[in-house]
Order: sequence, then structure tokens, then C-alpha cells
Amino acid sequence: MFSTERLISMPRVERRGGGLKADTRQLDVTSRSGTLVAVTDGKLPLRAKVATSVSKTAAALSRAAGRGDGSVIGGWIGLKIDPDLLGHLAAGRAIALVSGTNGKTTTTRLAAAALGVLGPVATNSFGANMPTGHTSALAKAGTTPFAVLEVDEHYLARVIDETQPRVVALLNLSRDQLDRAKEVAMMAQMWRTALAGHPDVSVVANADDPLVVWAARGSSRVTWFSAGQRWMDDSWVCPESGDPIERANGDWWCTGCPLRRPKAQWRVEDDGVMDPRGDWHLVKLQLPGTVNLGNAATALAVAAEFGVRPIEALPRLSTVTSIAGRYAQVDRDGRNIRLLLAKNPASWLEAFDMAEHAPTLLSINARDPDGFDTSWLYDVDFSPLHDRPVLITGDRAYDLAVRLEVNGIPFRHVTSFEEVIRSVPPGRLEVIANYTAFQDIRAELDRVN
Amino acid sequence: MSDSTLRIVWIYPDLLSTYGDRGNLLILARRAAMRGIPVETYSVRSDQPMPSTADIYLIGGGEDGPQALAAQRLINDGGLHRAVNQGAAVLAICAGYQLFGHSFFAKGAKCPGLGLLDLHSDRGETRAVGELRGDIDPRLGLPPLSGFENHGGRTHLGPGVAPLARVTAGIGNDSQTEGAWHGKILGTYSHGPALARNPAIADLLLRWAIGADSLSPVDDTWSERLRAERLAAAGA
Repeated sequence: MFSTERLISMPRVERRGGGLKADTRQLDVTSRSGTLVAVTDGKLPLRAKVATSVSKTAAALSRAAGRGDGSVIGGWIGLKIDPDLLGHLAAGRAIALVSGTNGKTTTTRLAAAALGVLGPVATNSFGANMPTGHTSALAKAGTTPFAVLEVDEHYLARVIDETQPRVVALLNLSRDQLDRAKEVAMMAQMWRTALAGHPDVSVVANADDPLVVWAARGSSRVTWFSAGQRWMDDSWVCPESGDPIERANGDWWCTGCPLRRPKAQWRVEDDGVMDPRGDWHLVKLQLPGTVNLGNAATALAVAAEFGVRPIEALPRLSTVTSIAGRYAQVDRDGRNIRLLLAKNPASWLEAFDMAEHAPTLLSINARDPDGFDTSWLYDVDFSPLHDRPVLITGDRAYDLAVRLEVNGIPFRHVTSFEEVIRSVPPGRLEVIANYTAFQDIRAELDRVN
Repeated sequence: MSDSTLRIVWIYPDLLSTYGDRGNLLILARRAAMRGIPVETYSVRSDQPMPSTADIYLIGGGEDGPQALAAQRLINDGGLHRAVNQGAAVLAICAGYQLFGHSFFAKGAKCPGLGLLDLHSDRGETRAVGELRGDIDPRLGLPPLSGFENHGGRTHLGPGVAPLARVTAGIGNDSQTEGAWHGKILGTYSHGPALARNPAIADLLLRWAIGADSLSPVDDTWSERLRAERLAAAGA
């Protein structure tokens, strides 16, 4: 529960049996193996130091060679040298983890901005959200008292074990990458078990998502937020009892067992957020769409766990703009091109909410990170696009073509960016793409961020 | 059909629609409408009674728990059995296909199926994921089957059912055959969804439902391009 007494000027860090000292630069902590590991500059164990510096070099080389952001390769090499590197780098920091199917990157960026009120915050960006990415991010940041890390939902349990966070934020669970992801119910189970094994971790969780609520019940320290939930298909069957879940007026409940929507301490209302004390705060963001108000509410709830009051956090949230190229705007040949990433049906819905009534380019791939099965296209209703020119491209343009035909949306197939520019008048061009298609377009527009 | 309206039921979308199965309903309804056939579609949730008088029934793919629940409810309800006995056409996909047989495996246990197709399913040693292609039984007069498969189960056909296709790429039932058909019931592991990749199968279901030998042609340019690309990808 949010408390005004928790105005912390020093990070409060509890480690596995380690002692606490007033000066953050002289923390002694005990590693998992029982050896005393001091985490200050120059005090990482030798193996970790070598791993960290090799990791940074590899990352720099990767960027210089133009082969990606360097945000994952450094961590990969580092972990090969020292498999416990993530744990070593995490020790001595107060950490928040952010996970879920959608909104992780944005919420992480917002939460890191909010936590910046207290001091330097390490964070991962560019969506490098698996342990290799976390390791790189922490190595690159050097010693910071805080870290906010975006975590891929499949890796959350492991990263909780290795980083011993103070807070875990659970955003949502929905279908993503049909042929690769574990079934969503199994994911909820993994989360629930992980939280039950870490009773000291505080959870910030989405009250509108039955799967998240069920998973969060693994913990007894949960703060709930509500942003409304538009995507509902995965939540129709209760994960506890298997009975249907009823919904009405923003509420939901299982028809066969006691699982139901909890009361939310943090709620999106109009264009602001209500906090647990009942105070309403106007939230001004440079990020479009109502979904980002929900992400802001989550960020405020996470920051509150560290003692940051909304009134301190809000100005920081307003400074956040383009995130890993998403929502970025690029001007090219008189066209103002905006990039929106939509990885799965839930986030396509949000992208249509954010997009203006302007010519729109849709690009779909189905490479490994996207998931190879494009059947999900039929779980997206494209009719919001009926009133604007639509162009399609990407590896799986033909699957999209058939889908749009069925949806009654006229379109034009294009195969090069030059053709795109020629096909639309000067002014706004909205681009909505799934993961690797989005990366391709970003690369085309020279890594906008 | 009792009158000229074509009635299509989507069975338990709250349990079995993990893989864009809505697409099969949309495509079927659209192809009927393009021929001037009035259509009504019904999404029947798992806590509602199953009507027995619709013309085409669609059942999709899903996870173990919901699959077992769906089978149990359909057996207890009886409406789908009555519909099939009265000559309704069926397209059953993946988990839906499996539960049409005598038994299937869900959550580590053998579960009773509807017994409307002479087959049974169990767990395979590996997961079958990827492009699927097959030569469809010539008696159905259809071009090659194209689909995307994603299933951990394997299906074994009995003498009372014919394979839908002989596999030329991918795994399907058991690396040799894919899917099954009997009377007006078609089952397959194909996603994509199936009718997006195989509009000729959609038209076959429509012909069965309205009792016609042929339907007026429609412009399938984009479907043909998609099929050509996907059939080639399956060979790779």
C-alpha cells in the first residue's frame, strides 16, 4: 500500500543474508555460493570483472560493425565467461522487473524515468529482454542504485531467481507467436509458482486480466492497477476451475469459483490516474493512445513501491518520447512517417486506436521472432482502416491480402520503400508492422530513436 | 437447409479458437454471400445448448484443458451428434479434429471423443510445426492441401474413415496421411487458417450444405498467389 512515510533517500537493499551499510558505495553482499562479494567499482569478483569488460567490448564492436544494437551480444559473451554474471551485476541494486505480453518496453521506460527521481537507474532498451540483454544492460550502466528491466515473459521466473528484485510488474498475458509460445495458461502457472517461491517480492499487477490476477495470487504482496482491458479472447476460461468467465461493466468473475476482479489501487480515469489515496493526477505523455495511460499508471505504481510519489514522477513521465523506434516520427520526402509496432492481436487493436486517419502501410513478416503462423491475422479486425488508403508489404503480404479481402478492406501491394513514398501524398503516413517487419522498416529509416 | 438461409455454427469459440479459427467462419460466410446465398452465423459458447439444425459446423484448435472440456460438453449435449445424423457438414481443425474421433490425449490422460470419425489420437514424440502439404483424396476433386501445422498429437485412422490427403511435406496425422473425411465431415491439422489457404475446401462445404454440384466462380487471385507461395515454401 502506498505510504507517504516511505520517502527514501537511500536505496533499501536486502540481500541473501548480506549486511546493510549507509553508504551505497560500500555494500557488502553475500553471493549465492556463500562467498562475500562486494559490489562496488573495482570490487566485482575477478571472473565477473573480466566478463563485464569483455561484454562491453563485444557490445561496442557489434554496434560499430552495424550488426544490431549490441544490446544482446555483449551479455551473451559475458554469461559464457561467468554464468552467475547477472546475479553479480544485480546485487547491490534495488530492482524492478516488468513483464507481460504487451507494453513491457514502454512501461519499463516510463518506470525507469519515474525512478530517476531517486538516482541513476540502469535499464535495458531496444527490447533486449532476456538474460543476455539484462546482463549487457547492467554491465553497460556501471554501478547504479536502481534498475528497471523489461523481461520476456518466458524468462521471468529465472530472472526473478537471479536478480532478487524488489518489485515485479505483471502487465497482461495474451496470445503471442502462436507456434512458439507456451500456452498462456502454462505461462500464468510459471509466474504463479515463481512468485510463491519469492515471498519477499512485491507485485504490481493488472486487475483487468484474469490470467494475471490468478498468477499474481502466488504472492501475498500485490498492488493492483486497472487500465481497462480490450483484448479478451484468452481470458474466457478460468485458469483455476475451467469454468467460463463472465464480464460486465468493467468487472469480471468466474462463474464456478471465487476468482474475480480485485479492487484496483491505481486506476486510469479520463486522461489521468487515480492513486491509492484517492487523489487524481492528470497524466501528460508524449506517447499516443489510451494504452499508454495504463502503462503510465503501472509505472507510477512501481515507482511508489520505491517511495516515489506520483507528483514527483509525473514530470519525468512527460519526458519519455520514442521508445526503440516505436511511435517514432521520421520525415522523408515530404512524408511524415510514424512507426507503430504491433506484435499480436491485442496490440494491433491498440495501434488502430493510436493511428490517425491517414494513409497506412501494413507490413507482416513471419520469421522466427514473429512466429511462423499468420493465422492470428483473423483475430484482428481491420475495419478501422476502411476509410483510408491502405498499402501492404512484408514477407507475408499475401496472407495479409487475403485477410483484408475477407475484411472488405481495399489495399495496394507494394514491394519497395520508394514505391510506398510514390503511392502516398505528402503528409502523415502511418506504418504498422509486426516485430521483424518493424525492424526492417526501422533499418530502412536509419534506426530512428 | 429448411429454407434458403445457410446456417453456420462456430462451436465453443470460448474454448477452441486459439489459432485464428474465426477466419474459417468469416471466409465461409463471405464466399456464400458472394454467391447470393443468405447466411446466418452462430457462435455457440460452451455454456449454451448446441443447435442441431444448422447446415455447417466449424470447430477449431485450442489447448488441452479447453479441448477436454469441449469434448465433455458436446458428448453431454448431444446436439452435434443429431446435427451430423441429419446431414450437416463439418470442418474440424486440430484439437477439434482430434475430439471427433473415439479418443484423444489431453493433460496426460486419454479422453473420450465424439466417435463421429473412426480414428484416435495420442501424443507424438515431437511437436509437428511447419508448412503442411498433401495431395487430397481424388474423390473430393480438390487441388493440393496447404496449411500450417502446430500440434503435439498424432492421429491414427481406422478402416471407417479415409485420409483427407497423402502428405507431401510436413507430418499431418503420422507423416503419411493428413486429416480425415467421412460423409460430410472433414478433419485436418491445417491452420492458416485452413479455408484461407484452401478456398476450394470452403466451396466443397458450401456445395454439400446447399446440395449443389457447382457454385458461380469468384475472383481468387490473391488466394491463388498465397497458395502458390505457401505450397512452394512447404517444399523448402
